[in-house]
Amino acid sequence: MQLEENTEELLETLWIRQKEKKSLPSVEELADNKPILDKLLDEGYVSVADNKVSLTKKGLPEAKSVIRRHRLAERLLYDVLGTSDMLLHDKACKFEHLLDRGLDESICILLGHPKVCPHGKAIPAGNCCKQQKTQAQKVVYPLSQLSSGQHGKVAYIHAPETGQLQKLMSMGVLPGEPIKLVQSFPSYVFEVRHSQFAADDDIAQAIYVRLPGQEELVGKEETSTSETNASPKKRGLWNTLLRRD
Amino acid sequence: MLKDAPKQIVYGAAIESAIDSIQKLLAGNYAVSKKAIAILLLQGDTEIADKVKAREGDHFERITEIISQAQSGYGQELSYVMAMSRQQHARDILAKTVVSQPKIGKGFAERLSRITMHPVTGIPILIAVLYVGLYWFVGVFGAGTLVGLLEENLFQDWLNPLLLDAFEWLIPVDWLRNLFVGEFGIFTMGLTYAFAIILPIVGTFFIVFSIIEDSGYLPRLAMLLDRIFKKIGLSGRAVIPMVLGLGCDTMATIVTRTQETKRERIITTLLLALAIPCSAQLGVILGILSTNGMALLIWIITMLFVLLLIGYLASKVIPGKKTNFYMEIPPLRLPRLSNVLAKTYARLQWYLKEVVPFFVLASFVLWLGDLTGVFDYVIKGLEPIVRGIGLPNETSEVFLIGFFRRDFGAAGLYTMVEDGLIAGVPLVVAAVTLTLFVPCIAQFLVMIKERGKKVALAITAFVFPFAFFVGFLLNTILNALGIKL
Repeated sequence: MQLEENTEELLETLWIRQKEKKSLPSVEELADNKPILDKLLDEGYVSVADNKVSLTKKGLPEAKSVIRRHRLAERLLYDVLGTSDMLLHDKACKFEHLLDRGLDESICILLGHPKVCPHGKAIPAGNCCKQQKTQAQKVVYPLSQLSSGQHGKVAYIHAPETGQLQKLMSMGVLPGEPIKLVQSFPSYVFEVRHSQFAADDDIAQAIYVRLPGQEELVGKEETSTSETNASPKKRGLWNTLLRRD
Repeated sequence: MLKDAPKQIVYGAAIESAIDSIQKLLAGNYAVSKKAIAILLLQGDTEIADKVKAREGDHFERITEIISQAQSGYGQELSYVMAMSRQQHARDILAKTVVSQPKIGKGFAERLSRITMHPVTGIPILIAVLYVGLYWFVGVFGAGTLVGLLEENLFQDWLNPLLLDAFEWLIPVDWLRNLFVGEFGIFTMGLTYAFAIILPIVGTFFIVFSIIEDSGYLPRLAMLLDRIFKKIGLSGRAVIPMVLGLGCDTMATIVTRTQETKRERIITTLLLALAIPCSAQLGVILGILSTNGMALLIWIITMLFVLLLIGYLASKVIPGKKTNFYMEIPPLRLPRLSNVLAKTYARLQWYLKEVVPFFVLASFVLWLGDLTGVFDYVIKGLEPIVRGIGLPNETSEVFLIGFFRRDFGAAGLYTMVEDGLIAGVPLVVAAVTLTLFVPCIAQFLVMIKERGKKVALAITAFVFPFAFFVGFLLNTILNALGIKL
């Protein structure tokens, strides 16, 4: 079903409270959204017990999907379109509603199954992540999936630990820097500007690289041969997205 | 001077205003500017935060508020945002000042670098480096040629007889004279070993190590071995203490400080104490075994097997999380002779300062033990154990001396070989047991200092019986297989 924008917002709030903050909101807390809450109650998406509102079996996957779309949208806006931090949340809220079921999967594959949003919050995994689908023409790959000699620019770094992130930063591995994979066994060796670095699997998986050709993609339909295996529908999406700014 | 480049990095407005407000709140005295302190605080530097907390008292809370307020305006961590600003600033300067020509092909250094890192070509190169550097230069040239020249020609034939005569005239009392020129004499044993055996071996090792270090080969070695080292709970970074351990395990144990986690430090310390022979030991053992290729091979395989097995088991037993491996790979360079010599000189100076007094002290203790007869008991006590692993009784003295310095022990074994007291299977067994055997006293003391009494004692308590156990096993296996060496 197609949910309205403000309904999705409320589902999002409920998900964060229930799954991430682990404290269910009371009915009073949600008083501002009373009409929407009533509607969700009617349709069986939420239930109320002890004055606490929680998502039902029917509501949970729906809310998870909204969260996923919102955070994927943020990733997309931030990594690919370079939207500034300050505007990110608001834009993503508008954006997520454009991502229908199926489209979020394309975006997810396109971005290389990112695990967190630019704010560092987890993006719930979709079916595509579980199957590690890579058929769609991806633009952003973890360094570990590149083949020797491939080069691009650092798109973002997803380091599970702050320490790791800082070490990579101190080595000059920062978003926007050109990066080239020299070899991948027994360790990864990559080049950033005039320096070479060696790293293990974990580090190579934390560096996401945007492969070249995406800039040229704007407005061009049949130029690059490497993207011919992407379906027309996905390419259409790309052009729509990239033309927006 | 750049005219149009801003002299200072400008961070985002929210960060800049936070820097200003924090700067104003800082009242204490700091070695660096208050602005630098403010920037470090915003970047989440815990060390600085502790200092500021101690010096600013109530203001610290307000500062924390300012930091979290500044953070709330950004999606990424402030340290990340600020690093990006600096990066941008650097890029701006670069764009205005540097014109870079596209590289035409790969230079020789780059091609050589690729060859050293490629697994197919890298491993043979690694073996070649070890063969030429350690076996040939340290083992054959240092422990063979140089030791021969210094020990036999200079000390035994010339210097020691001279001293013997001088002391006979100076000190007519036998037992006292023995302190200086007896079997365990300060001159005839301590200083002879220190300058005639250990110095040339350690010296040649430090030359090789400095060349390897200056050429930029170590990080390449680290990246080649990272995968194997992960299996024994370490990362490629541990290559540096391990290779240094082949020079001096005491020095290497101090260097384990640079490792990131406690777990890594303990595992490295254990492996250094157990399975990494120091250059003095290595030089003497290579010197003893080099005439018999099969014996040398058995020794190498046993050492590698023990290293990997114990490392693997230790990584399972010792708690703690895995560490990541990352390292800059500098371009390969031709080492400068002057740098290599300067480094070798500095290391030798360190080594002699640490070692010579110890040789003198060890000579004294051995002389005292010999004089009072205490050592006879210890040596007698060790004899059944030594015999149990198929070695002649004389080796128990070598093991006892080995506790004072590992290299002392190895050098004692050298003398036994020269005197024809030991050869064949027992020689390999003795070499293996002695290599594994307790660390020398200097290393033991450093272990206590670096890892604490508990860990140091636990490691020693493990190493001691384990060394004899491996010796026993090796002796049994070699005899059962009927191997003659």
